[in-house]
Amino acid sequence: MRSPSRPEAETSIALHEAESVSASLPPASSLPLLATRNLALRVGSRALVEGLSLQVGAGELWCLIGANGSGKTTLLHALAGLRQPDAGEVLLMGRPLQAWPLEEAALHRGLLPQNLHDAFSARALDVVLTGRHPHLARWALEGQRDMQIARDALHAVDMAEMAGRDVLTLSGGERQRVGIAALLAQQPSVLLLDEPVAHLDLRHQLVVLEHLSRLAREQRKGVLLAIHDLNLAHRFATHALVLGAGLQACCGRVDDVMNEATLGRAFGHPVATVRNGAQTLFVAA
Amino acid sequence: MAKVLCNGLLLLGLALAAFVIALAVGSQPIALPDLLRLLLWPDVSTDAQVLHGLRVPRALAAFGTGGLLALAGALMQVLLRNPLADPYVLGVSGGAAVGALGAGLLGLGVVLVQAGAFAGAMLSIVFIFGLARRDLSRWSANGGNEMAPRLLLSGVMLAALWSALITLMLLLAPEGRLRGMLFWLAGDLSGSDAGALPMLVLALGVVVCLPMARQLNVLLRGPATAQTLGVPVVALRRKVFVVASLAAAVAVTTSGSVGFVGLVVPHVLRLWLGNDQRVLLPACALAGGSMLLIADTAARSLVAPQQLPVGVITALLGVPIFLLLLSRRGSSA
Repeated sequence: MRSPSRPEAETSIALHEAESVSASLPPASSLPLLATRNLALRVGSRALVEGLSLQVGAGELWCLIGANGSGKTTLLHALAGLRQPDAGEVLLMGRPLQAWPLEEAALHRGLLPQNLHDAFSARALDVVLTGRHPHLARWALEGQRDMQIARDALHAVDMAEMAGRDVLTLSGGERQRVGIAALLAQQPSVLLLDEPVAHLDLRHQLVVLEHLSRLAREQRKGVLLAIHDLNLAHRFATHALVLGAGLQACCGRVDDVMNEATLGRAFGHPVATVRNGAQTLFVAA
Repeated sequence: MAKVLCNGLLLLGLALAAFVIALAVGSQPIALPDLLRLLLWPDVSTDAQVLHGLRVPRALAAFGTGGLLALAGALMQVLLRNPLADPYVLGVSGGAAVGALGAGLLGLGVVLVQAGAFAGAMLSIVFIFGLARRDLSRWSANGGNEMAPRLLLSGVMLAALWSALITLMLLLAPEGRLRGMLFWLAGDLSGSDAGALPMLVLALGVVVCLPMARQLNVLLRGPATAQTLGVPVVALRRKVFVVASLAAAVAVTTSGSVGFVGLVVPHVLRLWLGNDQRVLLPACALAGGSMLLIADTAARSLVAPQQLPVGVITALLGVPIFLLLLSRRGSSA
């Protein structure tokens, strides 16, 4: 499955990325982009995550798997700095998240929240351009370069033709892709996505995940996304984090973590694997 | 960019035209050539006295009030992420009305009525801020991310309380005072002689809002997204709340509760100019001011020498425009 791509657009994204990454990466590039140290998250008296030590390195795509209410969104919010951890800490490029100035952190990590809601009409392109906010000085206007980055981002999620459309008239999946494009236009080193493919059709699930996977591989980004489709997760992820499979969250390389026992425990329902050529497929038993 | 400048000049022209009409029209019309001369070099003629003593202060008050209402409306709509919010949505006008009518009932003078209105508006603001403090600061709870429902409901409830008190005061009021009280409630500029204050507050409001205008664009995408894009959501919301409430309080103190300017003007401008707050907020100040100035000129000249409350005119203009917009929106979506 190939995403429909325009070669010149791809290279221009790569060029912009090369500039901003070289300017922003700390000298010790072996440092994980995003890490947690003994992270604990609780809601009321219920522990969602306990003693989680996670390291998301450059070039890795992590999938976050777990049952409804297992804490995927809470964890993503904590990793994005929207929520204080109940214990432990989150490190962005080796520096505690709390120590980052808000505007500066926005250059390095971005979040696609789960529910996108629009109250007012707006062009899809203008919504994507808000992703450029952290890159612009207070009085600066969006320039040609920002426009190009926004258009390339829309192109990457196959929404190039919809740039002028009002977001209120888009379908759920199209709106979701505009949200993903806004995150791409932000160009952070760490991309956190809360169920990015939930509303997408089969082809666009692959378009989006292939693009994210390419970003990780070729531009050394760190990607962490919550996802319910185990087969898509297994196909694209390099690493996996399974919540709710016992007190300790299971995290590590995707082939070590995604197995019948762990997934079955996480979902409270037996999971079987089926071999299909080189692919491993997960099915509910 | 050129289009923005062009639209800006158009709005400036509209404001200028509104001022010229407001200053020229009245029981004693002033010819255009005389108008400019008397404005710059006042003499001892009655025309000059009417112009400087009555029309200029009232025109400034009308323009300032209209601009403040439109600005406050646009800000409230961003704050609550609700296109139907208006400057009074949080009960500011009700509080002001209770303060003003209370002072009127006691037979106090114009200045104290205005002081009562301002005190009532501030009381409302402080009360709502206290109630919503937790909601203003909580922006990522349970993924819902919306503080609007509770803030909105608190405002609606407070407005209902004020409304009951207003009814009570109207029922208790002596016959002689009733007419003046009704004028105040409908929104009326005939008593406004201090036009400089609303204009000054309007200018201040625009100056405070412009630097945070792009942040407001980002805030419209939702609090979680805004925060991760580097916008300090809690601080920004507090600032917007304070600026919008103060603007509404000064407007309502100057002119009573003039309705629909804060709702209709931002809507029409959004359809015309889009929803970039960097453009929309200054445009609201200009267009809201022009609209209320024209409405007030109509209010004092349509059935002259009788004067109408300007709020009646804005409602007569505003309601059909708003219903038209709503039905168009419904059919296009």
